[in-house]
Amino acid sequence: MTPLVELKDVYKIYKMGDTSVHALDGISLTIEKGEFVAIVGQSGSGKSTCMNIIGCLDVATKGTYKLNGRRIGNYSQDELAEIRNKMLGFIFQQYNLIPKLTVLENVQLPLLYAGMRESEQRARALASLERVGLKAKAGNYPSQLSGGQQQRVSIARALAGEPSVILADEPTGALDSRTGREVMMFLQKLNREGNTIILVTHDNSIAARAKRIVRITDGRIVYDGPVEGDVTVMQMHGAGEEAPEDEKAKGAT
Amino acid sequence: MLWKCFKMAINSVISNKMRSLLTMLGIIIGITAVISLVSLMSGLTSEVTDAFEEVGIEAISVAVTDRADTIELPVEHVDELAQKYPDIIQGYSPSVTMPAYIKDGTESVMSSATGVNEQYIDLYGYKIEYGRGITYIDVERMQKVCVIGTYIAKEFFDGDALGKTLQITGTPYKVVGIIEERSDSEKDSDDDCIYVPYTVAAHTVHSSKISRYIVYATNQETVEAAETLIEQLCDKDIGDDDYYTVIAMKAIAESLTSILDSMGAVLIAIAAISLVVAGIGIMNIMLVSVTERTREIGIRKSLGAKQRDILSQFIMEAGMLSCIGGVIGIAFGSLLAVGAGKLLDMNVLPTPASIIVSFTVSAAIGVFFGFMPAKKAAELNPIDALRYD
Repeated sequence: MTPLVELKDVYKIYKMGDTSVHALDGISLTIEKGEFVAIVGQSGSGKSTCMNIIGCLDVATKGTYKLNGRRIGNYSQDELAEIRNKMLGFIFQQYNLIPKLTVLENVQLPLLYAGMRESEQRARALASLERVGLKAKAGNYPSQLSGGQQQRVSIARALAGEPSVILADEPTGALDSRTGREVMMFLQKLNREGNTIILVTHDNSIAARAKRIVRITDGRIVYDGPVEGDVTVMQMHGAGEEAPEDEKAKGAT
Repeated sequence: MLWKCFKMAINSVISNKMRSLLTMLGIIIGITAVISLVSLMSGLTSEVTDAFEEVGIEAISVAVTDRADTIELPVEHVDELAQKYPDIIQGYSPSVTMPAYIKDGTESVMSSATGVNEQYIDLYGYKIEYGRGITYIDVERMQKVCVIGTYIAKEFFDGDALGKTLQITGTPYKVVGIIEERSDSEKDSDDDCIYVPYTVAAHTVHSSKISRYIVYATNQETVEAAETLIEQLCDKDIGDDDYYTVIAMKAIAESLTSILDSMGAVLIAIAAISLVVAGIGIMNIMLVSVTERTREIGIRKSLGAKQRDILSQFIMEAGMLSCIGGVIGIAFGSLLAVGAGKLLDMNVLPTPASIIVSFTVSAAIGVFFGFMPAKKAAELNPIDALRYD
């Protein structure tokens, strides 16, 4: 069986004047269908670049990336857009709902761009909202919902197109710890239902909710394995679970 | 998809009411100016054309200008010409103006009478309401009869004029006919007129020679031919073309309308400049809007929006702004034109063509000036756009 996500020796190099910055420095990673992987790393480690490449928002400078067996090479913006639309579902830290559109319209967006009929869009979007328990709020605007509810709407939006991979970028970053936990439990439930989820976070306690951890430092993978084994890596690199460490790293960028 | 785009554009216009209105203002003013000017100019042109058509666009005026009273264009010659070319010349009449003091009780009223032949009233298309017109016998026998307009009939005879006697400069004339009302029976209107046989008028002004004729061509197409014939006759009888003038109404009408047309074109060109300025205003606002909504564009792109989806969304919005502006401008312009028409006592109505053209032009302005900002939006990199605050 072809792996769902397959990165082979991937480099992402940014040219800054004379010097070149290796945001990704030879990453190889394989993710199978049904996995729940957390890509963990501090700010500037390259995890966001890694997510952008997996999410087809960006293309690698060197190396190959295959999504569902299809090689993502030098595609045009429009071709990448189509791949994102068909295969990927995004969940963002800032929810990224469009404030002028209703909850239902927001969830319909990926279906709209897939060229689906209006009636089918509606039916699918409503079904998707039902899965996150927000069908009753379909007619509301995002600003009328709480943060947790908004994040659930964005999950519904990610699910609506029935993507192969759900990419969650710091999904709990803007939430308090209780609602954050709820969202994580929901993601775990989705994973149990067979969805492949890739979670990108700097927060080790959140990452621990996944089944597998890929730790990235300075553009390289320093640990790839089950959650249980990660503790040693954490100790070796001295990357503490405490928030202050992360805050410092954030401030530096 | 298109409908969705349309709805999104409407939503966006409505959610920024004040800004949308200010952006549209340029288009509104421009289209208002274009519509009202075009309507006014076409009203003016049709007014002029109507005025000429009343006299008859086939009319040719011939005037002999000779102070020494030695040169002559005899009536017999004109008559001969008209007999010879019946398919070119419909008819003719001498036109002798005679000052007329009309006695009304004790005071005299200054007016004027025109000496004509038996064809005149028919050529001008006047209808006799009561009695008869001037006849050949009247002309030949120099009978002192007159045909009057309704103003004269009302003013001096209380409407009951037929068979009565009208004192013109001391001479009694018998009223034999009354012409149907053409205007409003007021002084100096078309109804303020007196016609007498031209022989009588010529005798009264002590001139045996006729210095003015009205010649009617059979239709608009034969006007030029008739003009040539008359000029040839004048050339033969008079020789020196300093002593006569032949003017076709059609030529005057044509040169007047062409002046009006070019005046209109200049006015519209000036109004069009304001439309270009309005288009730049739309472009400016759309650029601001694209910057403001960078994040939204990023979200849409991450969800699979293609470049043309974003492009059509923003072009639709710009087009919507300018189309709404165009419709408001058309409404204002039409009102202004009708109001101005009322004020100037003219029949001014915006033509369907000007409305259609204005609407198309405003839509085109939106699309044209909206294209650049929309392209900018469509080409945004989704990663940068998503990160934009």
